[in-house]
Amino acid sequence: MVSKDDKANWSPPKPHLEVGSAPEGVNAKRVQGRRLTGPQQGFGQLWQKTYKVAISQKTPEQVIATWKAEYGRFWPSHSKFYAPVTGIQPGEVGLIKSTSGPVPLSTGVLVLYSDDVSFCYMTPEGHPFAGFITFSSHVEDPVGTMAQVQLLIRANDPAYEAGMMLFGSKAEDRMWEHTLRSLADYLGSSSPVDTKVVRVDQKRIWKNFNNLKYNGALPWARRSKGPATPPR
Amino acid sequence: MTVREPKGDVRIIDIAGELTSFSEPVLAEAYEDADRPGVKTVLLNFSDLDYMNSGGIGLLVTTLIRAQRKSQALGAFGLTDHYRQIFELTRLDEAIGIYDDEQSALKGS
Repeated sequence: MVSKDDKANWSPPKPHLEVGSAPEGVNAKRVQGRRLTGPQQGFGQLWQKTYKVAISQKTPEQVIATWKAEYGRFWPSHSKFYAPVTGIQPGEVGLIKSTSGPVPLSTGVLVLYSDDVSFCYMTPEGHPFAGFITFSSHVEDPVGTMAQVQLLIRANDPAYEAGMMLFGSKAEDRMWEHTLRSLADYLGSSSPVDTKVVRVDQKRIWKNFNNLKYNGALPWARRSKGPATPPR
Repeated sequence: MTVREPKGDVRIIDIAGELTSFSEPVLAEAYEDADRPGVKTVLLNFSDLDYMNSGGIGLLVTTLIRAQRKSQALGAFGLTDHYRQIFELTRLDEAIGIYDDEQSALKGS
Protein backbone atom coordinates (compact mmCIF):
# COMPACT_ATOMS: atom_id res chain seq x y z
CA MET A 1 0.00 0.00 0.00
CA VAL A 2 1.23 3.45 -0.86
CA SER A 3 1.49 5.87 2.05
CA LYS A 4 -0.64 8.97 1.73
CA ASP A 5 1.02 12.17 2.81
CA ASP A 6 -1.68 13.58 5.02
CA LYS A 7 0.33 16.23 6.87
CA ALA A 8 -1.39 19.06 5.04
CA ASN A 9 -4.78 17.68 6.10
CA TRP A 10 -4.11 18.17 9.81
CA SER A 11 -3.94 21.33 11.84
CA PRO A 12 -0.43 22.29 12.92
CA PRO A 13 0.22 22.04 16.69
CA LYS A 14 -1.95 24.50 18.63
CA PRO A 15 -1.14 24.73 22.33
CA HIS A 16 -3.57 27.66 22.52
CA LEU A 17 -6.09 28.92 19.98
CA GLU A 18 -5.41 32.20 18.27
CA VAL A 19 -8.27 34.17 16.75
CA GLY A 20 -7.21 36.69 14.15
CA SER A 21 -9.82 39.37 13.70
CA ALA A 22 -13.34 38.67 14.91
CA PRO A 23 -16.32 39.85 12.86
CA GLU A 24 -18.28 42.75 14.34
CA GLY A 25 -20.62 41.70 17.12
CA VAL A 26 -18.81 38.43 17.77
CA ASN A 27 -17.14 37.82 21.10
CA ALA A 28 -13.88 35.95 20.52
CA LYS A 29 -12.75 36.21 24.14
CA ARG A 30 -14.09 32.75 24.91
CA VAL A 31 -11.90 31.23 22.24
CA GLN A 32 -8.76 33.36 22.21
CA GLY A 33 -5.93 31.67 24.13
CA ARG A 34 -8.05 28.64 25.10
CA ARG A 35 -6.74 25.08 24.90
CA LEU A 36 -8.43 22.40 22.87
CA THR A 37 -10.52 19.79 24.66
CA GLY A 38 -10.80 16.24 23.40
CA PRO A 39 -13.37 13.83 24.82
CA GLN A 40 -11.01 12.91 27.67
CA GLN A 41 -10.73 16.54 28.81
CA GLY A 42 -14.51 16.91 29.21
CA PHE A 43 -16.72 16.07 32.16
CA GLY A 44 -19.99 14.40 31.16
CA GLN A 45 -20.98 11.08 29.68
CA LEU A 46 -19.46 10.32 26.27
CA TRP A 47 -21.86 10.22 23.35
CA GLN A 48 -21.42 9.28 19.73
CA LYS A 49 -24.15 10.86 17.65
CA THR A 50 -24.37 10.09 13.96
CA TYR A 51 -26.70 11.92 11.58
CA LYS A 52 -26.79 11.07 7.90
CA VAL A 53 -28.78 11.77 4.80
CA ALA A 54 -28.71 10.47 1.23
CA ILE A 55 -27.67 12.96 -1.43
CA SER A 56 -28.49 11.72 -4.89
CA GLN A 57 -26.61 12.61 -8.06
CA LYS A 58 -23.52 13.98 -6.27
CA THR A 59 -20.13 12.52 -5.51
CA PRO A 60 -18.72 12.66 -1.95
CA GLU A 61 -16.16 15.20 -3.18
CA GLN A 62 -18.91 17.45 -4.56
CA VAL A 63 -20.88 17.20 -1.31
CA ILE A 64 -17.91 18.15 0.85
CA ALA A 65 -16.78 20.96 -1.47
CA THR A 66 -20.27 22.51 -1.24
CA TRP A 67 -20.51 21.91 2.51
CA LYS A 68 -17.18 23.63 3.15
CA ALA A 69 -17.93 26.55 0.85
CA GLU A 70 -21.44 27.20 2.19
CA TYR A 71 -21.08 25.82 5.71
CA GLY A 72 -22.93 28.51 7.69
CA ARG A 73 -25.84 28.62 5.23
CA PHE A 74 -27.11 25.24 6.44
CA TRP A 75 -27.32 26.16 10.11
CA PRO A 76 -30.62 27.05 11.80
CA SER A 77 -31.40 30.76 12.03
CA HIS A 78 -30.76 31.00 15.79
CA SER A 79 -27.10 30.08 15.34
CA LYS A 80 -24.44 31.70 13.22
CA PHE A 81 -21.11 30.28 12.15
CA TYR A 82 -18.40 32.75 11.18
CA ALA A 83 -16.09 30.74 8.95
CA PRO A 84 -12.40 31.60 8.85
CA VAL A 85 -11.54 34.18 6.21
CA THR A 86 -9.46 31.59 4.36
CA GLY A 87 -12.27 29.04 4.49
CA ILE A 88 -12.41 25.70 6.24
CA GLN A 89 -8.72 24.89 6.30
CA PRO A 90 -6.77 22.86 8.88
CA GLY A 91 -5.58 25.05 11.76
CA GLU A 92 -8.15 27.80 11.19
CA VAL A 93 -10.65 28.86 13.84
CA GLY A 94 -14.35 29.39 13.21
CA LEU A 95 -16.48 31.43 15.61
CA ILE A 96 -20.00 30.61 16.72
CA LYS A 97 -22.79 32.75 18.08
CA SER A 98 -25.98 31.04 19.18
CA THR A 99 -29.17 31.98 20.95
CA SER A 100 -30.78 28.56 20.84
CA GLY A 101 -30.49 27.81 24.57
CA PRO A 102 -31.52 29.79 27.66
CA VAL A 103 -28.17 31.61 27.61
CA PRO A 104 -26.60 33.21 24.52
CA LEU A 105 -23.46 31.40 23.52
CA SER A 106 -20.23 32.68 22.00
CA THR A 107 -17.66 30.05 21.24
CA GLY A 108 -15.64 28.59 18.40
CA VAL A 109 -13.97 25.54 16.95
CA LEU A 110 -10.64 24.60 15.44
CA VAL A 111 -10.57 22.97 12.04
CA LEU A 112 -8.62 19.91 13.14
CA TYR A 113 -8.64 18.00 9.87
CA SER A 114 -9.79 18.50 6.31
CA ASP A 115 -9.57 16.51 3.10
CA ASP A 116 -11.70 16.04 -0.05
CA VAL A 117 -14.32 13.86 1.61
CA SER A 118 -14.32 15.01 5.23
CA PHE A 119 -13.48 17.74 7.71
CA CYS A 120 -13.42 17.76 11.47
CA TYR A 121 -13.74 20.35 14.22
CA MET A 122 -12.33 20.17 17.73
CA THR A 123 -13.73 22.25 20.56
CA PRO A 124 -11.91 24.56 23.00
CA GLU A 125 -12.23 25.05 26.76
CA GLY A 126 -15.51 26.76 27.58
CA HIS A 127 -17.39 25.21 24.67
CA PRO A 128 -20.54 23.34 25.80
CA PHE A 129 -18.90 20.07 24.91
CA ALA A 130 -15.44 18.58 24.55
CA GLY A 131 -14.68 16.49 21.53
CA PHE A 132 -14.82 16.14 17.78
CA ILE A 133 -17.42 16.88 15.13
CA THR A 134 -16.69 15.12 11.87
CA PHE A 135 -18.44 15.98 8.61
CA SER A 136 -18.01 13.44 5.87
CA SER A 137 -19.44 12.02 2.71
CA HIS A 138 -19.17 8.49 1.40
CA VAL A 139 -20.95 6.02 -0.84
CA GLU A 140 -23.18 3.39 0.75
CA ASP A 141 -24.59 0.48 -1.22
CA PRO A 142 -27.30 0.47 -2.45
CA VAL A 143 -28.32 4.01 -1.48
CA GLY A 144 -25.47 6.00 -3.01
CA THR A 145 -23.79 9.11 -1.68
CA MET A 146 -24.40 9.96 1.97
CA ALA A 147 -23.60 13.14 3.90
CA GLN A 148 -22.86 12.55 7.55
CA VAL A 149 -22.20 14.45 10.76
CA GLN A 150 -20.69 12.47 13.61
CA LEU A 151 -20.15 13.90 17.08
CA LEU A 152 -17.94 12.26 19.70
CA ILE A 153 -18.55 14.49 22.68
CA ARG A 154 -18.81 14.93 26.42
CA ALA A 155 -20.38 17.97 28.08
CA ASN A 156 -17.44 20.11 29.10
CA ASP A 157 -18.49 20.75 32.70
CA PRO A 158 -21.24 19.85 35.21
CA ALA A 159 -23.41 22.83 34.27
CA TYR A 160 -23.33 21.94 30.59
CA GLU A 161 -23.91 18.27 31.50
CA ALA A 162 -27.11 19.25 33.32
CA GLY A 163 -28.11 21.43 30.38
CA MET A 164 -27.41 18.61 27.93
CA MET A 165 -29.59 16.22 29.93
CA LEU A 166 -32.44 18.72 30.21
CA PHE A 167 -32.62 20.16 26.73
CA GLY A 168 -29.18 20.43 25.09
CA SER A 169 -28.97 16.94 23.68
CA LYS A 170 -32.33 17.18 21.89
CA ALA A 171 -31.45 20.68 20.69
CA GLU A 172 -28.19 19.28 19.34
CA ASP A 173 -30.11 16.59 17.45
CA ARG A 174 -32.49 19.16 16.00
CA MET A 175 -29.63 21.38 14.91
CA TRP A 176 -27.73 18.71 12.99
CA GLU A 177 -30.90 17.23 11.51
CA HIS A 178 -31.78 20.72 10.29
CA THR A 179 -28.26 21.16 8.89
CA LEU A 180 -28.39 17.93 6.93
CA ARG A 181 -31.89 18.60 5.64
CA SER A 182 -30.76 22.04 4.46
CA LEU A 183 -27.65 20.60 2.80
CA ALA A 184 -29.66 17.88 1.08
CA ASP A 185 -32.25 20.41 -0.05
CA TYR A 186 -29.52 22.72 -1.41
CA LEU A 187 -28.07 19.79 -3.35
CA GLY A 188 -31.46 18.80 -4.74
CA SER A 189 -32.23 15.84 -2.51
CA SER A 190 -35.16 15.31 -0.16
CA SER A 191 -34.29 12.16 1.77
CA PRO A 192 -35.01 11.93 5.51
CA VAL A 193 -32.21 12.30 8.05
CA ASP A 194 -31.24 9.16 9.94
CA THR A 195 -30.12 9.73 13.55
CA LYS A 196 -28.25 7.24 15.71
CA VAL A 197 -27.22 8.04 19.28
CA VAL A 198 -24.90 5.77 21.28
CA ARG A 199 -23.72 6.37 24.83
CA VAL A 200 -20.08 5.27 24.61
CA ASP A 201 -19.19 5.93 28.24
CA GLN A 202 -21.68 6.42 31.04
CA LYS A 203 -19.00 7.55 33.48
CA ARG A 204 -18.35 11.18 34.17
CA ILE A 205 -14.81 12.46 34.57
CA TRP A 206 -14.94 14.14 37.97
CA LYS A 207 -11.34 15.35 37.84
CA ASN A 208 -12.54 17.73 35.11
CA PHE A 209 -15.23 19.25 37.36
CA ASN A 210 -13.25 22.50 37.44
CA ASN A 211 -13.83 23.04 33.74
CA LEU A 212 -16.65 25.17 35.15
CA LYS A 213 -14.16 28.02 35.41
CA TYR A 214 -14.19 28.33 31.62
CA ASN A 215 -17.98 28.35 31.35
CA GLY A 216 -18.79 31.80 30.01
CA ALA A 217 -22.51 31.29 30.54
CA LEU A 218 -22.28 31.03 34.32
CA PRO A 219 -21.32 34.61 35.35
CA TRP A 220 -24.20 35.86 33.25
CA ALA A 221 -26.53 33.27 34.80
CA ARG A 222 -25.43 34.36 38.29
CA ARG A 223 -26.12 38.02 37.51
CA SER A 224 -29.58 37.23 36.19
CA LYS A 225 -32.29 37.84 38.82
CA GLY A 226 -35.42 37.62 36.74
CA PRO A 227 -36.50 35.60 33.75
CA ALA A 228 -33.76 34.69 31.32
CA THR A 229 -33.04 37.73 29.18
CA PRO A 230 -29.97 37.83 26.97
CA PRO A 231 -27.60 40.71 27.72
CA ARG A 232 -27.63 43.46 25.09
CA MET B 1 -4.62 -6.13 12.17
CA THR B 2 -2.90 -8.87 14.10
CA VAL B 3 -2.73 -9.52 17.84
CA ARG B 4 0.42 -10.71 19.58
CA GLU B 5 1.18 -11.84 23.12
CA PRO B 6 4.67 -10.57 24.06
CA LYS B 7 4.07 -11.40 27.72
CA GLY B 8 1.26 -12.84 29.84
CA ASP B 9 -0.59 -9.68 30.78
CA VAL B 10 0.20 -7.63 27.66
CA ARG B 11 -1.21 -7.83 24.13
CA ILE B 12 -0.03 -5.92 21.09
CA ILE B 13 -2.34 -4.99 18.22
CA ASP B 14 -0.33 -4.39 15.05
CA ILE B 15 -2.08 -1.77 12.98
CA ALA B 16 -1.24 -1.82 9.28
CA GLY B 17 -2.45 0.40 6.46
CA GLU B 18 -5.14 2.96 7.11
CA LEU B 19 -6.97 3.86 10.29
CA THR B 20 -10.26 5.60 9.54
CA SER B 21 -13.82 5.29 10.79
CA PHE B 22 -14.24 2.40 8.35
CA SER B 23 -11.64 0.46 10.37
CA GLU B 24 -14.06 0.22 13.31
CA PRO B 25 -15.11 -3.45 12.88
CA VAL B 26 -11.51 -4.57 12.30
CA LEU B 27 -10.12 -2.73 15.32
CA ALA B 28 -13.05 -3.86 17.48
CA GLU B 29 -12.42 -7.47 16.50
CA ALA B 30 -8.69 -7.12 17.19
CA TYR B 31 -9.42 -5.59 20.58
CA GLU B 32 -11.86 -8.41 21.40
CA ASP B 33 -9.13 -10.87 20.50
CA ALA B 34 -6.63 -9.04 22.71
CA ASP B 35 -9.01 -8.73 25.64
CA ARG B 36 -8.34 -11.98 27.48
CA PRO B 37 -8.62 -12.62 31.23
CA GLY B 38 -5.55 -11.30 33.04
CA VAL B 39 -4.57 -8.80 30.34
CA LYS B 40 -3.64 -5.53 31.99
CA THR B 41 -2.19 -3.61 29.05
CA VAL B 42 -3.05 -3.37 25.38
CA LEU B 43 -0.43 -1.75 23.16
CA LEU B 44 -1.18 -0.38 19.71
CA ASN B 45 1.69 -0.73 17.25
CA PHE B 46 1.57 2.04 14.65
CA SER B 47 4.87 1.13 12.92
CA ASP B 48 3.04 0.05 9.74
CA LEU B 49 0.40 2.75 9.77
CA ASP B 50 0.13 4.40 6.37
CA TYR B 51 -2.59 6.93 7.01
CA MET B 52 -4.96 8.08 9.71
CA ASN B 53 -7.73 10.69 9.53
CA SER B 54 -9.91 12.25 12.21
CA GLY B 55 -12.20 9.21 12.09
CA GLY B 56 -9.21 7.14 13.17
CA ILE B 57 -8.65 9.43 16.14
CA GLY B 58 -12.30 8.92 17.11
CA LEU B 59 -11.80 5.17 16.94
CA LEU B 60 -8.86 5.44 19.31
CA VAL B 61 -11.06 7.32 21.79
CA THR B 62 -13.70 4.59 21.76
CA THR B 63 -10.97 1.94 22.08
CA LEU B 64 -9.60 3.83 25.07
CA ILE B 65 -13.03 3.79 26.72
CA ARG B 66 -13.26 0.02 26.12
CA ALA B 67 -9.88 -0.44 27.80
CA GLN B 68 -10.83 1.77 30.74
CA ARG B 69 -14.04 -0.20 31.23
CA LYS B 70 -11.89 -3.33 31.63
CA SER B 71 -9.36 -1.51 33.86
CA GLN B 72 -6.71 -2.01 31.19
CA ALA B 73 -4.04 0.50 30.25
CA LEU B 74 -3.82 1.50 26.59
CA GLY B 75 -0.44 2.40 25.12
CA ALA B 76 0.96 3.19 21.69
CA PHE B 77 4.34 2.91 20.00
CA GLY B 78 5.82 3.23 16.54
CA LEU B 79 4.23 6.60 15.85
CA THR B 80 5.95 8.90 13.37
CA ASP B 81 6.71 12.43 14.56
CA HIS B 82 3.70 13.61 12.57
CA TYR B 83 1.23 11.27 14.29
CA ARG B 84 2.84 11.86 17.67
CA GLN B 85 2.03 15.54 17.10
CA ILE B 86 -1.56 14.59 16.27
CA PHE B 87 -1.80 12.68 19.56
CA GLU B 88 -0.55 15.81 21.34
CA LEU B 89 -2.84 18.14 19.40
CA THR B 90 -5.91 16.05 20.20
CA ARG B 91 -4.64 15.51 23.75
CA LEU B 92 -4.93 11.76 23.34
CA ASP B 93 -1.39 11.54 24.73
CA GLU B 94 -2.82 12.52 28.13
CA ALA B 95 -4.79 9.27 28.25
CA ILE B 96 -2.80 6.88 26.07
CA GLY B 97 0.83 6.21 27.02
CA ILE B 98 3.18 6.94 24.12
CA TYR B 99 6.42 4.99 23.73
CA ASP B 100 9.18 5.17 21.16
CA ASP B 101 9.31 1.48 20.38
CA GLU B 102 8.06 -1.94 21.41
CA GLN B 103 10.88 -2.52 23.87
CA SER B 104 10.20 0.66 25.84
CA ALA B 105 6.46 0.06 25.65
CA LEU B 106 6.89 -3.38 27.17
CA LYS B 107 9.22 -2.00 29.82
CA GLY B 108 6.68 0.70 30.66
CA SER B 109 3.69 -1.63 30.81
